[in-house]
Formats: sequence, structure tokens, C-alpha cells
Amino acid sequence: MRYSGLKVITEGLFGNKGWRPAWRNPEPKAEYDAIIIGGGGHGLSTAYYLARNHGMRNIAVLEKGYLGGGNVGRNTTIVRANYFLPGNSEFYSHSLKLWEGLEAELNYNVMHSQRGLINLFHSDGQRDAFARRGNSMVNQGDDAILLDRDGVRELLPYLDFEQTRFPIYGGLLHPRGGTARHDAVAWGYARGADRRGVDLIQNCEVTGIDIENGRVTGVQTTRGAIRARKVGILVAGRSGQVAAMAGMRLPIESHVLQAFVTEGLKPVIDHVISFGMGHFYISQSDKGGLVFGGDIDFYASYASRGNLPMVEHVMEAGMTLMPMIGRAKVLRSWGGIMDMTPDGSPIIDKTDIDGLFIDCGWNYGGFKAVPASGWCMAHLMATGESHAVARRFRLNRFLTGHLLDEEGTGSQHNLH
Amino acid sequence: MRIPCPLCGPRDRREFYYYGADDYLRRPEEGAPPEAWDAYLHLRDNPAGVTRDLWHHEMGCSAWLVVTRNTVTHEVISVRLASEKEAAK
Amino acid sequence: MRLQGKGLIDRTKPLAFRFDGTQYTGFAGDTLASALLANGVRLVGRSFKYHRPRGILTAGSEEPNALVEVLEAGGQQTPNTRATVQELYEGLAARSQNRFPSLKRDLLAVNDLMSPFFGAGFYYKTFMWPRAFWETIYEPAIRRAAGLGKLSGKHDEALYEKAFAFCDVLVIGSGPAGLMAALTAARAGAEVILAEEDSRMGGRLLSDAGEIDGQEGLAWASGVLAELRGLPNVRLMTRTTVTGAYDGGTLSALERVSHHLADPAGRPRECFWRIVAGRAVLAAGALERPIAFEDNDRPGIMLASAVRSYVNRWGVAPGRKVTIFANNDTARQTADVLVAAGVQVAAVIDSRADAPTTGDYRLYRGATIVGTQGRHGLEWISVRDANGERRVETDCLAVSGGWNPTVHLTCHMNGRPVWNPEIAAFVPAENAVPGLIPCGAAAGVFSTAGCLADGQRAALAALDALGRKAPTLALPKAEDGTYAIHPLWAVEGARRAWLDFANDVTVKDVKLAAQENFSSVEHMKRYTTQGMAPDQGKNSNVGALAVLADATGRAIPETGTTTFRPPFVPTSIAAMGAGGRAAGFAPQRFTTSHAASVERGAPMIEAGLWYRPSYFPRPGETNWRESCDREVQFVRERVGVCDVSTLGKIDIQGADAGRFLDLVYTNTFSTLKPGRVRYGLMLREDGHVMDDGTTACLGENHYLMTTTTAAAGLVMRHLEFVHQALHPDWDVRFISVTEQWAQFAVAGPRSRDLLNSILDEKLKPEDWPFMACGPVRVGGVAGRLFRISFSGEHAYEVAVPARYGAALFRDLVARAETMGGGAYGMEALNVLRIEKGLITHAEIHGRTTAFDIGAEKMISAKKDCIGKAAAARPGMIGPDRDQLVGLRPLSPGKAIGAGAHLFKQGEAAKRENDQGYVTSVCWSPTLDSHLGLAFLRNGRARHGETIRLVDHMRKTDVLCEVCDPVFLDPTGGRARG
Repeated sequence: MRYSGLKVITEGLFGNKGWRPAWRNPEPKAEYDAIIIGGGGHGLSTAYYLARNHGMRNIAVLEKGYLGGGNVGRNTTIVRANYFLPGNSEFYSHSLKLWEGLEAELNYNVMHSQRGLINLFHSDGQRDAFARRGNSMVNQGDDAILLDRDGVRELLPYLDFEQTRFPIYGGLLHPRGGTARHDAVAWGYARGADRRGVDLIQNCEVTGIDIENGRVTGVQTTRGAIRARKVGILVAGRSGQVAAMAGMRLPIESHVLQAFVTEGLKPVIDHVISFGMGHFYISQSDKGGLVFGGDIDFYASYASRGNLPMVEHVMEAGMTLMPMIGRAKVLRSWGGIMDMTPDGSPIIDKTDIDGLFIDCGWNYGGFKAVPASGWCMAHLMATGESHAVARRFRLNRFLTGHLLDEEGTGSQHNLH
Repeated sequence: MRIPCPLCGPRDRREFYYYGADDYLRRPEEGAPPEAWDAYLHLRDNPAGVTRDLWHHEMGCSAWLVVTRNTVTHEVISVRLASEKEAAK
Repeated sequence: MRLQGKGLIDRTKPLAFRFDGTQYTGFAGDTLASALLANGVRLVGRSFKYHRPRGILTAGSEEPNALVEVLEAGGQQTPNTRATVQELYEGLAARSQNRFPSLKRDLLAVNDLMSPFFGAGFYYKTFMWPRAFWETIYEPAIRRAAGLGKLSGKHDEALYEKAFAFCDVLVIGSGPAGLMAALTAARAGAEVILAEEDSRMGGRLLSDAGEIDGQEGLAWASGVLAELRGLPNVRLMTRTTVTGAYDGGTLSALERVSHHLADPAGRPRECFWRIVAGRAVLAAGALERPIAFEDNDRPGIMLASAVRSYVNRWGVAPGRKVTIFANNDTARQTADVLVAAGVQVAAVIDSRADAPTTGDYRLYRGATIVGTQGRHGLEWISVRDANGERRVETDCLAVSGGWNPTVHLTCHMNGRPVWNPEIAAFVPAENAVPGLIPCGAAAGVFSTAGCLADGQRAALAALDALGRKAPTLALPKAEDGTYAIHPLWAVEGARRAWLDFANDVTVKDVKLAAQENFSSVEHMKRYTTQGMAPDQGKNSNVGALAVLADATGRAIPETGTTTFRPPFVPTSIAAMGAGGRAAGFAPQRFTTSHAASVERGAPMIEAGLWYRPSYFPRPGETNWRESCDREVQFVRERVGVCDVSTLGKIDIQGADAGRFLDLVYTNTFSTLKPGRVRYGLMLREDGHVMDDGTTACLGENHYLMTTTTAAAGLVMRHLEFVHQALHPDWDVRFISVTEQWAQFAVAGPRSRDLLNSILDEKLKPEDWPFMACGPVRVGGVAGRLFRISFSGEHAYEVAVPARYGAALFRDLVARAETMGGGAYGMEALNVLRIEKGLITHAEIHGRTTAFDIGAEKMISAKKDCIGKAAAARPGMIGPDRDQLVGLRPLSPGKAIGAGAHLFKQGEAAKRENDQGYVTSVCWSPTLDSHLGLAFLRNGRARHGETIRLVDHMRKTDVLCEVCDPVFLDPTGGRARG
């Protein structure tokens, strides 16, 4: 079934009885060519691109809960390509290009909105660091504009330019940065994968990974054993537990990141704004809620919920930067579990076990990576070779010292 | 979240700085192979359940603490000083 | 219209207020909602998506429809204010929202006609073509139509506060269960906080008649409250909503301190509380739920409990001819209240075939409502029973679909409530939040007697857990009826029946979600947006779950459960962020020379939490560069003074202090002799540079370490870790003395002359070679002197106890000025250090290794140090690394910018060709050239090469020569001389 405005109208005229399921509910088969563990954004996009780019059809996605129930459905929806280290730059640039064609690709409106992202800076030193970043972005072929204070004021007149604790010196504008409707990304990929024959199997928890003579042969699940010669692990938030089924210990510590949304308001914030000194970022959803967040709670956690100190810190940052949001009321807070790595960058790599691949460690930057992560993981699983834009996301880079530390905070997992 | 500091009593989480798993207590000897340093600095059991990790009472008595707690429920089970001889075990 | 003799309002205090510009009158004790109803106003708002006319549904904070903007003088306004919570005050001005041009004539009501095309998730299926229209046409239109109230766009200048509170027992809610719990705990001597969301204590006793202990329920409550008020161990908090349950017995609460006052008179608007409770008793009651039927959202259709509240508490008849529709005994109770108040009951529609007959009104048994009419307010309903369908004229329909216990707080720590089929509702799971004990209606106990007993049980359980003995109090006698409900969630019908009023989610939408296989409850909610509106599903979650269960052929418990996340009620960013406004966001640290620097006109800039002078302008200078150049010149030629107190200073003592320094620094300090200073490099354990600085040996086993300003806290924490966690048996102790000492750099060829003019004893050159240190006396004050240099000049740093800092700075600067020098700021400091190739955190930015800065030889081979092993990893060294170099533009006058990237001459400026980047730049008045420090791929081997520097941000493209990073005096003769 192809979605379109015309289809919406014809269905509407006939009582909307004709809409068919967005995806099937298949029973698991005994064997697949490839199994994807994890039905989140990355798992679904990997399955989609395995089918689309590599002609594979006999694929299953195994999801222990419901599709898109992980971090793809609990983030602040920011999409950007503003990394500066070689290795990250080309990957996120590739991802943004995929985002820009995603609606047409998936025939699903993920509401990718390139409203512009502004990273504020508050000292000469930070300006220089952002200039370096902006230059990296332009060198990569993406867009970046260094704004001075007046340039920021023109775009964001409601910031507190007079009294805020860390004066606004300027900002780095990334015009192609923006947001997307997070759930729709998962659903769009799920529907697209299903239409290409991928079996999306929900309520199916993997309980073991079968390995014979150093080669993966399948998985054990709550719905029985399933054989496969290729298995991909894409279970951010639970990467350690699933990898442990294959005897692996990962360079990951799990942390909770909280996010917040206010009641619906008429349009008031038209960009994505990031305030580094307060570790605060905000945008307004199309429904009108202010969607914002801050740093992780900083202690290892699998609780999907956080505590007040970070809640208050985030709100205080909002109040010093843009006190006009004071009367907006927070409607809901939630938490997601982040795979925090020792350099803040992800892993897309083979493992020591033949046929077993892993895509994890997205810290809290996984949402915008969904298209390229799937693209590159599918490439890796299909060809056995790292994709050119993901070749530095190696599992052993901590052992060898080939790090990708954008924040420069070092090997402490929670500082990225 | 509240952490009972052995020196100060129960205090709000905001007084403490979190470092990471208690693996950091077991620093390899000089000359240990790179894999040992990789395990020390990077690789983690990262349990969903009871764990032991390191906290610094930075806005209090400055003690480094080994906290036994549950990463799923956030229950704090016990706390001891990192400087105690038994802490690293 | 008002009812005579009813209500807890003060009829002697009339209050004038305005709604949408029209003037009305209410009374003290009214809410905006009760006052509007008393004035016959039923149309109060417009719905989110279809812009349907909406009225008042509830009498509490769960209100989904009656959301208004409350206006203040000066243009400030509070959007999405619940009219049902906002208390009336003289002059209150409110405005309806989400309508244009007016509430009655809202152009976007056309959406309602388009509803066949606007079903659940329709926007995922369209607006995709052409691509460019999304940001330019579709999205702006959607955004304008969506949203509810408006922010003013003005800074919120009101006062907000935050506070901590501690207690043994926090009781949440002051109905029969809460009062009984508080009384039990209070009499046992526990520290009790009783928090009530409403402006008055009493809960349902304020609205529902009934006897307790032989008196009116409210009279009994007043007696209990009087006793509690008199106890020193009890704190009563009204207008205080407990909003969240967190770890360790911490709960958050929002107190609306002055929302109800025309003039707050200096009081904050709100206070955000963090309450640490030994135990908490959840006595927050239950919320009545609606029933879905066709067009069940018209103004005039209300919850039955709200109708009783408006009659009994506020003395308002919400209609002239009231009808009632229920699936439980509430129908009878509500009818009795109305009849007793003299309001006509047009009909009672009870969906139960076996509904009991009482009272003097028309009863339809086994009946449902299948339609309603009335454009801006209810006019009639269609009732269907076994005898067919008939129309009943009515202007107010009271609906009850049963009650949902207020389980919300019990969900905040991931607890999932459990289904209780007897009351057809979810009740709290056992121990869902450790230490939070649900009781009364919040636990599914619905009779007054049951609530009293359960409140006492909860308090006793709390006291027992806290190890307190408590007497069991005699329970007062009260109504102990049963609660009979026969679930009815939605009446079948072809037209739309609303589940989620605020977000316009209907039964059809939920069924469509199921049809499209969004059949898990989470998918349904996200697809339809049910439960995401301002009421967070308080009115709709259970009903929608039931409809989904029905549509997918499952029972409710196997379909899923309902959950809630904090906060319980929407809470302002300003309250939770109280204190963060303006400078309050982070502490401000000031040096002892701050006032003197400000007096001299120096712009003060942030350096971490500190403030430092940027430069010291002199008359005639028109920009910072002129001042900076002058300051650099007098340091190079005469003498300058700079406050360096912000650098971290750590006093380290003990027999193992030398050994300790050897471990934390890459180089050796145990060989440092008293009276000498050494530069040290410190690595993180991961092998990257953490910090650098000098450490002075002040005496045997006594050192003073300096850190950079930025890393002072980090280094201190690191030292504590290395000592306590790795070597607790070493005899070493340290403490930060950053704030105890004021320290000033005195730099330049005439620095010794300047110091000699203020020191009690003149410096003998042979006693004070480069990198010497020792005690000195300044005007009789014991101080310290270090011969160190961050400028490359002959220089010293002199330190005195902080209380003498201000005086010493003024004195030093005044004397320097007589010598042709003066004070210099951060700009000059930066130029001086770049000319000398000295690094700061612009270079040691966390990704830099000792190898990168050419300091790999500083990692002593003779000993272990923190970071040594990791620094030896293959990726941390070698020709692939970017290494520190100097850059000079081939044309010295061409400016270069930090953050520019480097390319080989003739190669395109793209990522594949990237050779490195610039970290620091300056104009050097000494060398008459722009200079840069940069990291260049394999840079140390490339001195002399011409490199292309491209800065897209500042639009520069400059050729530079690669050189040694030390531009000036490479042998260091000036500093040593």
C-alpha cells in the first residue's frame, strides 16, 4: 500500500476501512540468512538496508518488546552532521544525506525538519573550537556559519543577552541541522523492511547466542531456537548483556539520560538550540511541546528514569539562557539507557566470532545516526568489510589508542 | 538518590561525583600487557543489577567511596571507604 | 447560577474578574471554573486538533479542556492554566486559547469538518511531496494550527524558590485517608508533612456530604486539622502537589505560593520542594473517568464528581436541567445531591440493567447515550434503551465511568500497576516505590470508613518501618457502602466518541491503530497521541486501553497496563529551575584584585567560574588590540603585573609526598630540592595530557603544586583518587589552598627592581636563579616568591595570604606604572605565551598526548606514572599524529584564525586532504607578525614547509611557514638572565 495525500483523501471518504497493517506479525522461521537482534532504529534500518542494498530477503529482526521501544522512541529528536573529527565527520555527513531523502525512500513522513541548529559559545576559546568544528563541517561538504553575537540575536532574540551567567559570544549555525519525528523513523523503516520481506518478530527475547567452533550458528529465544549464519547485535542500552551471551566484555557502561517535554504551546522556538556551558538543548515539536534535555545522570543505570539533580540543572540552564520559557510547564520526563563508550564514539564492527557483528556504543548520539548506522552495518554484515564512512568505529580502538574523542574528556565512560 | 557516606551520613546524590566501576581500584602493575590496561580502563561487566562503583564525596568530606548498589532499582546496598584495605577485593 | 445556602465560598467577598474581555463577578473561595459556571459560561476552550468547542470537564488538576491564559500586567502571561485549579482573585484576567479570531468563531473549526482525513497518524502518510514544501509550507501550517496557549516571549521575571524539607512521614492528600494517616503519625510523635494539592484540606469531604463520627464529614476534618495545626511536629502544606517520586525517599513537590493572590507582595509565585521522607503515605484519592459515546465532548458534559463539587463546594448549579449517565452507583449519589440542592434532574441513564431505583427522577436502566447536540453547549442527548431511542433536553450531563485510583506516583520508579477486576481499575503494585505506601481510594478503597481505616493502617506501617511505636486510634464511624460497577468504556456508534479530549483522540482512532497493527499499547499511544496531552492520559488511559483490548480481542491485563512519568502535574520550568536565572546558574569566583581591575576599566571575562581582566585600557586607546600590544611591550621591555591567583594551588605534605608526585607527574619530583621549582606534565590514566604546571619544593616533604585554572578541581579529585584508592598506605596529605593565597606574576626585565622596592629584604641574584622559590616578607607579611615565567621574561610570582591580595596588587601596579609598566590582562598573557610557544588548554584539549606536544621525553623511563602505559599505545604516537608546530604567515600582516584547518599547498580544502588545525593565534608586537600554534600531521618533521591555512568561517586562505612553536628566545636566555 502506497501512502499519499490522495490515498488519505480516498480512504477518508470511505471510512478509513482500507488501511492495512503497517507490518505483518510473522511467526519465527527455523532459519534465516541473517538475524538482527534488536528492533530499534538501528536494527530496523540495518534490516531495511540489508534487503534494499544487498538483496537479502530471508532476514528476521528479533525484538524483545515492541518495535521502536528503545532509544529511538525516547530521545530529543535532533538530527545534525556537525562532528569535527575525521572518522565521525564523514559518517554523520552520510547519515544526514540519507535523512534528506528518507521520506521518499520509505514512503513515510518522518517529518525531517531542517530548521537549523545553533551551538552557542561563550568565550574566545570556545569560538575557536567551534570555528575548527565549522571548518571541519565545510571541508566535509556540509554547511556551517559562524555567527557573532548580533547574528545570534537576530535569530534568537529571546535569549537573555544581558544577564545570563555565561555571556553569549556567538554561535555556530548548522542550517541543515534539525529534528525529525522519532517514532516515525522506526515505523518507516519497519514498514519498509516488512515490505521487502523482512520478518519483524516482536515479543521475542534472545536468551542465548549459539556458537560452534568460533562461528555463530543461531540464537536461542523465548520463542524457540532460530538458526542463522549471520547475526547482528543492535541493542543499545543492553549491549553488554547480549554481548555477554557470546562471551564478550564491551568497552561500555550504561547510563540514563533524561529528557523533557512541555505542554503544547504556539510556535515560539523555531530552531534547535544547544547551550554548551549549561549542557542544555531545546527545540519545539510540531505539536508545540518544547522538547529539551541535558547531560546524563552520570551514574551507571538501567532504570530508564533519573533523579532530581539533573532535572533541576537542566531547568536552571534553561532559565539562565532563555527565561521566557519559565512559564512553560513540563508535562513529562523520561529516561533512556545509553551505551557510553570511553571516547564517546560508536562501534560498528565484526567480533572475534565468525558471523557475529555488533553495532553499539552510540552514547547519546544514536538517533541521528539511525540511517547511516543501518547502512554501514548492513554493508558490513553483507560484505564482511567495514563501510568507508564507518571504518574507524572499530571495537579494538581502545586497545590500540586510535580514539575518536570529540569532547576530549578521556576514557571515563560517563563524560561523553 | 541518597548515599550514606561513612563519614558524613546520608547525603543527596548532588554532593557526589561519580567515576565508574570499581575496576579502577585494581590498577595493573607497571609493564602489564596492553590487554590488562584495556580491561582496566575500558572493558566493563556493566551489570544490570548489583554493581560496585566509585563515588567521590566532592562537596563533602572528599572521601572516595565504594558503593554497592543496584543499577536497575538504584537501591544503595552498602558503602565503604575506598581507602579501606578490603575495598579493592 | 448560584445555589442559595450551598458552598464554601465567602459571599461577603465578591471578586471581579475578566474572561475574554468580559467582566464577571465571583466570590472568594471560587476557582475560575466555578466562577465561570456560576456566570453561566460553558464554552471555555477549543480542542487541540479539531478545534471543537469545549467546556469544563472536571474540578481538579486533571482538567483536559478548560485551559486558559492568565494575563498579568506588563504583558506576562501563563498559558495552559487549568481554570479548575486557578483560584479567583480580584482583577483576575484570563483569555481562552487556541482559537482565532474568537472563541465562538474559530476559523480552524473547519478542521472538524475535515476529520475523516485527519485520523490517527494521517500526517505520516502525506505531506511528503514535494520535499521542499515540508519546511516552507506544510510544517509552518501544522505548527501554527497546533500548540495550545502562548508564551509571552518576555523573560519570566517573577520570583521562584526551591527548598529542601525532611520528615519522617509525608502524607500526600488530605481526604479521610490522608487525615487519618497524618493524625496517627503525628500523635506518635513523628515529624509529619501533610501535603494537599487543593487550596483547602479535606479532599472529597469538601464536595461529598456524609457523616464521620456523628458529625458532618467536613466538621470532623476541621477538628483533625485543628489538632494537627497545634502540633509542633506537623507541617501542613496546601496548594502543594507532590509531583514526583525519586530514589532514596526523595519526592518533589510544587507549591503554588501566590497564584491565588492579586498582589504577591514579595512572595514567590511557586516553590519547588525536594522532600526527603522516611516514609510517604499516598492518600491522593481517585480520579473519576468518563465514558466514550458519540459527541461526548460538548460543553456541559462533565464528570459526575465535578458536578457534585460545583454544587456542594462552590454552590453552583452547572445546569438547569441536569442528566446523569453512569455505570455505577455514582448515578444515584449525584442525583440525590442535585435534588437536595433544588436542581432539576431531567433523567438518569444507568448502563446497568439492574440499577437500583431510588429518588424522584426518571431512570433509564440498561441504557446508553448515543448522541448529543448543541453547538457551543449541550442542548439535548439521545438515550437508547430496550424501548428504543429518545431525545432528552438537558444543558448539563454528569458522566461517571467509574474511578481510577491515583496510582501515578507509584509508577515513577517503573512500577506497573495491576488490574483489579472488582473495581475495573488499576491499583498500585506492591512496593512499587520503596517507602511509598498507597492507601484509601489511591489503593482502590472507595468507602469513607474504608479510607479512614486504610489511612491508619498505612501510617502504622510507616511508623513501624521507622521503628516507632504508635498507639492505634479508635476509628471514627462513617459510611461503609459497597461500590458496584459494571464496566462500560465506550458506547458503540458510527460517529466520533472521544477518549482523550485534550488531544482529540477518539475510539475510531484507537481502532484504526489496531487495524494498522499498532496494537501494542505503546504503539497505539504513540500512533494516536492518546495520553500525551496536558492531562497525560489521566482521563483517558484506561478507557483507551479497554477499547484497544476490545479491538484486538484481548483482555485488558494482557493488552497492557498504564503508566505515568513525572511530574504528576505539569510543572513550570521556572519553578524547577529556580535560582538559575541570570548569574544564578553557576557560582561566580572573584580574585582579590577584582575591584581594582574593574576600577581601571578592565573588561572582566569568564575563566571557568572565575572572572579575570581581559586588558587594562588607557585613555586614547580605541580597541583591545592597542591595549594588548602596549601591555605586551611593557612586559618585554620593562615590567608588568598580572593576577594569577586563579591557578589551582595544592599544598602537599608527607614522607611519601615525593614518591606521590613521581606517580602523578610524568617526570621526577622526588629529586627536587627545597627552594627549587620544576615544571611538570600530568597525564590522565588513558595517556592523554591532563594538565601541566609547576610544583615547588617548599621544604623537606613539603610541596606546592600549581594547576591550570581550568583543571584545578579535576586535578584535586585525581590526586585524592590516586592516594585514597590506589595508595592509601602512603604517608601523604594535601589540601587545596587556591583561595588562601593571592598570587601575582611580576614579569619583565625590571621585575626584580619592582620587587626589591616592596620586599622587606632585597633579592640577591645568586639566591634567586631561574626556578628558585622561597619565603619572603612583603611589608611585614610572610609571603612566598617563585622565580618562574609564563612570558619568557625574567619573572617572578609573589604570593601573600589572600586578605593582603587587594592591597598588594594596587601597590605592585602603582609601582610598575612609575617604571613604565603596569597591569596586564588575559589578552597580553596569551600573546606572551604564544610568542614563547607555551601551551594552554587550547592545545591540551583532552586529545593531546605528550608525544604531540614534543614532551614524550618528559615521561621518565625510570619509573611508573599515571598514564604511562596507555600513552605507549600505537595510536598515541608516531608520524600519523598531529604535532605541535608554530605558524608564521608568509605575509606577516595577514591575520590567521584559530580553528582554521591546514592543507598542503595546492591541495583542495576538503576533509580527505586535512593536515591539521590551528589552536591559538595572536598578533605579536614583539615580532611584528601574526603567529599561530597548530597541530600538523607529522609536524615536527615539516619545519620550513609552506602550508595552506583555510578558514571558511572567517573567509581566509593564507600561506604560512611551519616553524618551531617557540618563536621568541628559543634558548630561554631572557627568563634565565
